[in-house]
Amino acid sequence: MAQSRLIEISPVTRVEGHGKVTIHLNEKNEVDEARLHIVEFRGFERFIRGRLLWEVPVIVQRLCGICPVSHHIAAAKAMDMICGVDQLPPTAEKMRRLMHYGQVMQSHVLHFFHLAAPDLLFGFGAPAEKRNIFEVLKEQPELGRRAILMRKFGQEIIEATAGKKIHGTGAIPGGINRNLPIETRDRFLAQIDDMLEWSQEALALAKNYTVENAELVDAFASFPSNYMSIVREEDGALDLYHGAFRALKPNGEAIFDRLDYSKYYDVLIEDVRSWSYMKFPFIREMGPDTGWYRVGPLARMNTASFIDTPLANAARDELMAVTQGRPNNSILANHWARMIEVVHCVETIRDLLHDPDLQGTDLKATGERREEGIGVIEAPRGNLIHHYKVDENDQVTYCNLIVSTTHNNEGMNRAVKDVAVKHLSGHVDITEGMLNHIEVAVRAYDPCLSCATHALGQMPLQVELFDAENRLVASRSQSA
Amino acid sequence: MSDLPKARIATASLAGCFGCHMAILDIDERLIELMKLVEVDRSPLTDIKRFTKRCDIGIIEGGCCNEENVHVLRDFRRHCDVLIAIGQCAIMGGLPAMRNAIMHSDDPLRECLEEAYISGKYIRNTTHSIPNDPALPLLLDEVYPCSEVVEIDYNIPGCAPTGDVIYDTLSGLLTGRFHGFEREEIRFD
Ligand code: SF4
Repeated sequence: MAQSRLIEISPVTRVEGHGKVTIHLNEKNEVDEARLHIVEFRGFERFIRGRLLWEVPVIVQRLCGICPVSHHIAAAKAMDMICGVDQLPPTAEKMRRLMHYGQVMQSHVLHFFHLAAPDLLFGFGAPAEKRNIFEVLKEQPELGRRAILMRKFGQEIIEATAGKKIHGTGAIPGGINRNLPIETRDRFLAQIDDMLEWSQEALALAKNYTVENAELVDAFASFPSNYMSIVREEDGALDLYHGAFRALKPNGEAIFDRLDYSKYYDVLIEDVRSWSYMKFPFIREMGPDTGWYRVGPLARMNTASFIDTPLANAARDELMAVTQGRPNNSILANHWARMIEVVHCVETIRDLLHDPDLQGTDLKATGERREEGIGVIEAPRGNLIHHYKVDENDQVTYCNLIVSTTHNNEGMNRAVKDVAVKHLSGHVDITEGMLNHIEVAVRAYDPCLSCATHALGQMPLQVELFDAENRLVASRSQSA
Repeated sequence: MSDLPKARIATASLAGCFGCHMAILDIDERLIELMKLVEVDRSPLTDIKRFTKRCDIGIIEGGCCNEENVHVLRDFRRHCDVLIAIGQCAIMGGLPAMRNAIMHSDDPLRECLEEAYISGKYIRNTTHSIPNDPALPLLLDEVYPCSEVVEIDYNIPGCAPTGDVIYDTLSGLLTGRFHGFEREEIRFD
């Protein structure tokens, strides 16, 4: 019965995939409009209402299986606030940090090796059957093995702190539900030197790629924008777990700095557009045209004053020297920034593992109950905001989420347009080469559509080309 | 062993969180050995978008929340000898299916859309309408488990199932020695 109803409500079309690009041409075959549509919708903000506050950090991570820990921790931080806890016991905060840095490491490694490396190793033009991690394993077995083991290390850190590799239950409102046994710590410490060495190799690979292809990198969908992240409150250092907002103009000047994130709605607002389920956030006082901004690894390199671990900080200095210390706008430099963060994660994990607080037994704090809580962290793909209200029965009455990929929505759309204008204007056929360029531009943002719309992690892209009369003249699809 | 033709596997993520695909990667080093037995056809883990050949095994993550999901799922049924649903979303709808039943609501989908695009306090919606461009696929009235749309051969529970369970399933099926799992080998959370 359900099946026939499905047929009725959903005439099946030839459309596939979760992300879609449409390009409209004018009479002269110039690009009029190019858009990245996000085609999935979940409705989490509504259906989480009525659920109990302790359930939220467990449920919400099911939005994204690539960075579940980000949602788990952001929600737990919001619930800390509702439980009146402003300062976690050191063991709780450090266990959460360990979990978070483990996840950023695994997610960045996944992006770089499993998704991007095939392009970098085999070239953008390699046949589609070749561009995947399985081919990397065949052709460069040692590199592939290291990629697997680095991701595994991050996943095992998550398992040790949250109980499961995917969708665990470590963080609870006001604290954490376990500490780290000595034997587990020693198992990780035994691997840390390899991780440090391999992460530096990965960094060199990403850096050399960017430097050797400087011309391509500089010209490729690069344009100035504002940048935003949280930074450590005292000194502006990179901090992925906690801090205050800093937003910079393209020239590096501050729009706001060390702003309390629990007032995010005073500075940010989201635009709804009819053609995408993903909203378009912008800085309120600047308006949608100039107030859009970007987040993510490169944005964090641009906004942070420095990094508090030595190897990563030296690597950041090198990256920032390319633009004389001003914000770097080359989206392809994101790979480089991402690998600097992997080195930073490994250094931070090492330091945490040496900290006896991880074996502490004071796991949870309590405080005076509040109605509202906001948790903000830097997820692998950038800033992540969770906002909840909870009534006296512990039931959620309000929820608002702004996820990393959503922050980057305008930037991705501009990149698509930029590439379309440069590579397509004046042509009627969509060539494979043009399609690849659009893909590479979108992929550089590492868009996580699981988070944004709760669809795929990597999205199959479909590109459709319309003429001046709005007739579909060509269509191509390929996985991004 | 290496003389045998390799088995072909395809995977898809429908209305899921991609966590089940991450669990496939949690097979870790054993992937290297597994790849000697199989080739991966269309999958979000490769750049292959459409089926290139008939496949021995299809793995589905997630249920159906829009018309595209239904289309992809039927395509998998047509092209795969054995179809496996992995994870709670594929088997029962999972988290996305929470939108099927909202207390005191006759039209949960509309309420979800309105909350996201109309009544939200921190949004600017100059047209006061819900995204409706023809480029967006139709949402289904409810989120459906895969088994309500096509026939499924095996259900592997867990959210996500562990890499071990997925590895045992695949290697068991590939060598013809798959006999299911004991209760204690499986977790449902
Ligand atoms: S079953 Fe769990 S891990 Fe798998 S797609 Fe659904 S929410 Fe994600």
